[in-house]
Amino acid sequence: MALASTVVVLGLLGWGVAQAPGWPSVQQAYFDPEQARLALPEVAGGFVFNIKLFLAAEAAILVVALVVALVRVVPAPALAPIRLLAVVYTDVFRGTPTILVIFLVGFGFPALGLQGVPTDLFWLGLIALTLSYGAYVAEVVRAGIMSVHPSQALSARALGLSYAQSMRRVVLPQGLRRVMPPLLNDFVSLQKDTALVAVIGVVEALRAAQVRSSADFNFTPYVVAAAFFIAVTVPFARFADWLALRQLRREQGLAVG
Amino acid sequence: MPPAVCPPRAVLLAALSVLALAACAPADDETATRSEPTASSGGSAAPSDECAPDHLPLLEPGQLTIATDDPAYPPWFLRDDPTNGKGYESAVAYAVAQELGFSEDQVEWVTVPFNASYQPGPKDFDFDINQISITPQRADAVTFSRGYYSAAQAVITLADSPYADAASLDELADATIGAQVGTTSLAAVTDVIQPSRDPAVYDDTNAATKALENGQVDVIVADLPSAFFITAAVLDAGTIAGQFQPTTGETEQFGLLLEKGNPLVGCLDTTLDALERDGTLAQLENRWLSDTVDVPELT
Repeated sequence: MALASTVVVLGLLGWGVAQAPGWPSVQQAYFDPEQARLALPEVAGGFVFNIKLFLAAEAAILVVALVVALVRVVPAPALAPIRLLAVVYTDVFRGTPTILVIFLVGFGFPALGLQGVPTDLFWLGLIALTLSYGAYVAEVVRAGIMSVHPSQALSARALGLSYAQSMRRVVLPQGLRRVMPPLLNDFVSLQKDTALVAVIGVVEALRAAQVRSSADFNFTPYVVAAAFFIAVTVPFARFADWLALRQLRREQGLAVG
Repeated sequence: MPPAVCPPRAVLLAALSVLALAACAPADDETATRSEPTASSGGSAAPSDECAPDHLPLLEPGQLTIATDDPAYPPWFLRDDPTNGKGYESAVAYAVAQELGFSEDQVEWVTVPFNASYQPGPKDFDFDINQISITPQRADAVTFSRGYYSAAQAVITLADSPYADAASLDELADATIGAQVGTTSLAAVTDVIQPSRDPAVYDDTNAATKALENGQVDVIVADLPSAFFITAAVLDAGTIAGQFQPTTGETEQFGLLLEKGNPLVGCLDTTLDALERDGTLAQLENRWLSDTVDVPELT
């Protein structure tokens, strides 16, 4: 029944779109096989950059986020100024459009003319995305830490573990596992936002598509680029679903789905 | 307990989602069609008559709707305001309007980003004037008027750059080159200069210029009038190393962009022919795009 309903609904939707008077011109502009063939190698070449940037940024973001989150929850009074800094960082970078951060880092850093500042667009893009996403992910990690019941940390301390030990062995493992789904969600979003780095001059997948698109006034290359992004995000999303489900089973002992 | 039969409510919901699509059914064709020119009976009417404002197939009767992008850059438009008649393309647009018989207040400007100008479907402008180069591939998607400007490409660099004295395009082979996306300048870089390093591609010439200042690219390529604006008004230490024609033998032309198959193009071509014959185009070019001579040719 579910299958039949799905087929009927999707079939009717498809038929409805194909009946639209403008469909032939839309088809020619967005789904032209010849244009897709022409765009494919260039878009694929650009997508390699997206993947590389995504993987590097993911690792850097996790480190930054973990540090910032830990600083924000640590109770030591002496660390108050650093804690303030961490709060300001998350507030500012969560409130700033990612594209502005990329502009500022991509054009602003090199303009400073300092020694040792990278000029390579990959590193500049990596720094910008890490700054922007680090703030989001730090808050997710912090939420995970806060979600662990205080009795857990207190018991750990009562058993003689130091603050650092109780954090590392008791609180973090539980907290991080709990926020795995939102973390993965943020990374799906990051994967798409690697395309924003195009504004500082990189020809990544979306920009490669734009170059081809404007050469021949046809939008098909964008569809090709979208296919690449979807091909990566869909497995990612299913993985996140599966993790969430597994967690539900473990924590609640339920046979769900 | 799994339901033995599918609950009717769910079926209804699925059906409704399809019905919702019917709500966005084809737009009424009548409103979409343009006000066709009132029959030229016998075809004996003089060309000027056919192209009178009352007879033109316009978006809004009695009004010429012209599109360009925002921001609109000098020297094509001045102060980001197409309505002031200043800048080459603004001046050409008003000259076309005047030649067709429109007064200045019958000209309506709309903002249409470059990407949007070639989308399929009805356009919300009569023509778009936005330094759009005519190519045969692009003409599959839109209709172009005849050219109103022949564009050469220029190589911009910093005065202290080793590329400032380049005498030929071959000398640029190892440079990191920047250009604006969607421009024939970028095509000229990849097709004519063919640099060994991948070109950097920017959203607009402002970003490309910033990258040149920062040393992220060695040179940038833009059309010659834009290059003059950049070196004169934007860059402190910029210079034009030289100019070149992107396609060997054929000069690149900027054309007015119309919806595919828009019959208005006939009258626009006639008008541009007339403006060229009486020297208006040359005069406007001289006024807004002067200085473009005296730049060494790169071969």
